[in-house]
Amino acid sequence: MKMTGSKQITASNEKVWQAILSAEVLQRCVPGCQEMSGSASEGFEATVVQKVGPVKATFKGQVTLSEMVQGQGLKLSGQGKGGAAGFAKGSATVTLTSTDGITILSYDVEAKVGGKLAQLGSRIIDGFAKKMADQFFERFRDAVENPEDQSTNETTEDDKKGWLTKLTC
Amino acid sequence: MPKDSGIGASPKRREDIRFLTGLGQYTDDISLTGETHAVFARSQVATGIIKSIDTSAAENMPGVLAVFTGDDFVDVGGNPAGWLINSRDGEPMKEPKRPVLAHGKVRHVGDAYAAVIAETAEQARDAAEAIEADIDEQPAVVDMKSALAGGALVHDEIGTNQCFDWGWIEDNRAATDAAIKSAPHVTTLELVNNRLVPNAMEPRASTGVFDPGTGDYTLYTTSQNPHLTRLLICAFVLGIPENKLRVVAPDVGGGFGSKIYHYGEEALVLSAAKKLGRPVRWTASRSESFLTDAHGRDHVTKIEIACEKDGTFLAFRTETMANVGAYLSNFSTATPTFLHGTLMAGNYTVPTLYVNVKAVFTNTAPVDAYRGAGRPEATYSLERAIDKCAQELGMDPLALRRKNFIKPDQFPYAAAAGLEYDTGNYHALVDKLEELADLSGFEARRAATKATGKLRGIGVNTYIEACGIAPSNLVGVLGSRVGLYDAATVRVNATGNISVMVGAHSHGQGHETAFPQVVADMLGIDEGSIDIVHGDTSKIPFGMGTYGSRSLAVCGSAVVRATEKIINKAKKIAAHMMEASEQDVEFSEGQFSIAGTDKSVGFGDVALKAYIPHNFPIEDIEPGLEETAFYDPANFTYPAGAYACEVEVDPDTGKVTIDRFTAVDDFGNVINPMIVTGQVHGGLAQGIGQALLENCTYDENGQILSASFMDYAMPRASDLPLYTVDHSCQTPCTHNPLGVKGCGEAGAIGSPPAVVNAVINALHSGGHTDVTHIDMPVSPARVWAAMNS
Repeated sequence: MKMTGSKQITASNEKVWQAILSAEVLQRCVPGCQEMSGSASEGFEATVVQKVGPVKATFKGQVTLSEMVQGQGLKLSGQGKGGAAGFAKGSATVTLTSTDGITILSYDVEAKVGGKLAQLGSRIIDGFAKKMADQFFERFRDAVENPEDQSTNETTEDDKKGWLTKLTC
Repeated sequence: MPKDSGIGASPKRREDIRFLTGLGQYTDDISLTGETHAVFARSQVATGIIKSIDTSAAENMPGVLAVFTGDDFVDVGGNPAGWLINSRDGEPMKEPKRPVLAHGKVRHVGDAYAAVIAETAEQARDAAEAIEADIDEQPAVVDMKSALAGGALVHDEIGTNQCFDWGWIEDNRAATDAAIKSAPHVTTLELVNNRLVPNAMEPRASTGVFDPGTGDYTLYTTSQNPHLTRLLICAFVLGIPENKLRVVAPDVGGGFGSKIYHYGEEALVLSAAKKLGRPVRWTASRSESFLTDAHGRDHVTKIEIACEKDGTFLAFRTETMANVGAYLSNFSTATPTFLHGTLMAGNYTVPTLYVNVKAVFTNTAPVDAYRGAGRPEATYSLERAIDKCAQELGMDPLALRRKNFIKPDQFPYAAAAGLEYDTGNYHALVDKLEELADLSGFEARRAATKATGKLRGIGVNTYIEACGIAPSNLVGVLGSRVGLYDAATVRVNATGNISVMVGAHSHGQGHETAFPQVVADMLGIDEGSIDIVHGDTSKIPFGMGTYGSRSLAVCGSAVVRATEKIINKAKKIAAHMMEASEQDVEFSEGQFSIAGTDKSVGFGDVALKAYIPHNFPIEDIEPGLEETAFYDPANFTYPAGAYACEVEVDPDTGKVTIDRFTAVDDFGNVINPMIVTGQVHGGLAQGIGQALLENCTYDENGQILSASFMDYAMPRASDLPLYTVDHSCQTPCTHNPLGVKGCGEAGAIGSPPAVVNAVINALHSGGHTDVTHIDMPVSPARVWAAMNS
């Protein structure tokens, strides 16, 4: 599936560009990311835990950066294998346009899933992917605008529990 | 007065007692000492090159006994196609190897490339996940048009995705083209026969056993067809001598075609059992069933009907693309050809027709025969097109059909598609349909529906099918690599009760009840003393299994022939016992008697004498009372029917509700009317499921999206109306001893066009006359979109 969007970030072009190349920032922004290592030039290794409909899995995969044009844009490509749960692949072409300390980050995302994720989650996968992309770029904006706030990736498990589960657990 | 026993009676199905009380013995219920468990590693991509498979981690996991990959099976054979189809140019079809486990390349999501054997199923599952397969995903072909238009190749070695390009009947091509070109009216319709997942209630399961002491193998498996499975494994795949492999298909929880075929898992568990010296069992998960059971239908067709302005048919022409999936399943080449093209004349006296079928490989699960197998595809395209033709001509759809029916006095009738229908009366079927479906009351019902804001529509259609598969001579000419006779042994025990060993497998058809009715009727004894034995190659003489509505017409005929032999031999024994000449012995109601005397002996006394042959003329008569017969039919049988469906369409949502459904069938003679009614009910549920709900969908990358019951809509009781079913219009088959035609598939063949015809009719009544077709399933979204386009 394909989706596009944009975020307005109150930060200079240079600051946004630095953030995009940072493993630390990426780890905070990729929803469900447990671990992230590597570098912009060599690519990142990531471990992501996600639940898509009935399928919950740990995805291990790579994120690589390509088509990098300093300050203007790049392509983030990732693929993760979730063992029996299947796999996900995707890429986001990111374009930056900056004026007066405001940077517009536009993204063009293409994603596909396979295996059990596709078999069991096809009805919800489009919505899920859109949510993931939205979350990623929202967190990215927050990470750039409020670099001290480290809270982004900590709350996932509790957030997913419904009010009933929270009461009974 | 209905009969209470024998032919024509409706005793309750004796097998239902065990099925309904949880006492059935299915493959997965069989537990053997020392058994181990197999789990398969399956491709998550539609196609890809297997660069490496690292099994070392898996092999070292707890409980793991062995790991197999495609490398272990390079020296054995492949699973073959049962029919050789030649293309129009005379070239034989492309027949790529179908290995036990994928080797070098995976070709559909679910294609197994490795298997783990472990002490428990959980250990095997964990280890299967630990197999590191480096599979380089390649571009997939999913859509048939692009597969033929030079898309990526499913099988590189054959250089094309076209399995064959078949013409039927090639000699009629020019005449058909000419008739269509010059015809006063031509109706054209393009349609899709949607892909279906069989979804038997019981998933596939297999247990392989090897006895090192004797070298004998046993395979317990979910099969409609244990002898064919044995033949395929022995002669083509593993090379085991046939006398060293026993195949047992115990109770089987539904097949619908998907369990006719041999699958790689069966060969795997046998090979693993030999290697380990322990039984190896496997049961498919529901996901595996969706991914790997042979799917059904998946045709894309363009059909043209040429006719006079008064509706007289002049020619039919169809062009079909038939998806065979990634590998050729055993019947996959016969289904779109000789079970489809040969039926394209329908019930009609069309002078000429031509059928072109291109079979296409794609990166999807194999597609093969599914309840109806080719005949639903033929019926659907023809009967939808006739309905469209009637609209275009401004004729009543039934009147157009009646005008072109083969008349009762024209039988036997050599139809334009090459088959000779032995008997039928289509006018009688339609007359009965008009009465039972209360067609004259339709307008009043439509008005009542209109008052509720909904649209009511009626759809009718007829069908013809070729069942009782099949005369070996004929199918041999048509490319079948096997004969399609069947066999039965009638064993009369010393105490007079009887075991009948039959080649047809019963998995919902009620053979265990119906076959004894036949034997009891012939012998004049209580059917309760007769049992059917089936599904075990070590117990029954031979058999070609259950499919194509063949069991009673072919295997039942073998039962009749074997029982006739029993009667003949028993007459000899009775003559000896009564010191009379054999020619003078008469047999009636279980008693042998001498005409004109009061001498008689009962069947039980004769049976006892056969096994205690004191004072027995052993030079003339062998002891024992057991006879075997093989029966090869002279022709197909030709069940036919006329169906009517009434729907209500909610214009706000597009939801279709079936309000009435009437099925009038001619099955020839009927052995057990209750079972026949049940078979029709089941077939209708499947046909209506196809028409309204079911759809197997792959995305453009070859990922199957409808792979669970969350996304694949099965028909439920609330989706179905109370049926009106009738089989009183009987023109008995002229060439088998019971005069029966077969009823197992009729409902699934005859119902889809009636449903769609009804929906189109409803939409037209609401002013949507521009809607001439909606592809199945006619889901609310599709109907709503058609109404609002």
